[in-house]
Amino acid sequence: MTKPTRIEINCETGEETIIELTDAEIAELAYQAELAAEKKAEDDAAKAAIEAKKQEVLAKLGLTADEVAALLA
Amino acid sequence: MANTFELIASSTVGAGGASSIDFTSIPSTYTDLAIKYSLRSSSTTDDYLGVKLSFNSSTTSFTIRQLYGTGSTAGSGNYSTNNPSGYMQAGLTTASTFASGDIYIPNYAGSTNKSFSTDSVAENNAATANFLSLLAGLWSNTAAITSISLTPATGNFVQYSTAYLYGVIKS
Repeated sequence: MTKPTRIEINCETGEETIIELTDAEIAELAYQAELAAEKKAEDDAAKAAIEAKKQEVLAKLGLTADEVAALLA
Repeated sequence: MANTFELIASSTVGAGGASSIDFTSIPSTYTDLAIKYSLRSSSTTDDYLGVKLSFNSSTTSFTIRQLYGTGSTAGSGNYSTNNPSGYMQAGLTTASTFASGDIYIPNYAGSTNKSFSTDSVAENNAATANFLSLLAGLWSNTAAITSISLTPATGNFVQYSTAYLYGVIKS
């Protein structure tokens, strides 16, 4: 299987090199991706909780979001 | 003020994608540095993502303040790491759209802490999943910047992503 690569450009010589990542770098990438996925899941859950709370308040008021917007306009 | 841009180096990502774009051995002969990028991440689970900036292989001692707009909301954020230092779109957005970003790094070779600013637009050609951001950053390190890496927060930079490094001089 092809390993992921990075691009390195030496600004003194202008030489561009495609370098395969080491096993340690690949593991670090996977770890960072895992952290990012966890953070995204947390953010999505927080957004969903806020939306659910809004819907709960609207339900208690017996109004839709459009009706509230019309009242506030 | 420094007002003349000289292209130092550039890179276009090839068919296999790239996990980072690294500019090394940056000469200290300029006053400021500027990076212009057109980037997209391969991540298939995100609409937009951070572009991480590191100096001299360091990802620590960064302090970042951000203002952003998504088309439907606006907000702000604070970060103590190098993520994000700009934004780009990813796999959930319109195919073949790329983010545009400008990073400016004044006095990069001096002996004081280094500041930078970023203006980036991850535009989706649609009413949703746009992300516009202004960032002000500080790297609390007095070393001269001799290398700069751009790394996607997740995934790889896709083919045809580009980054240009300019030296800015007084003329």
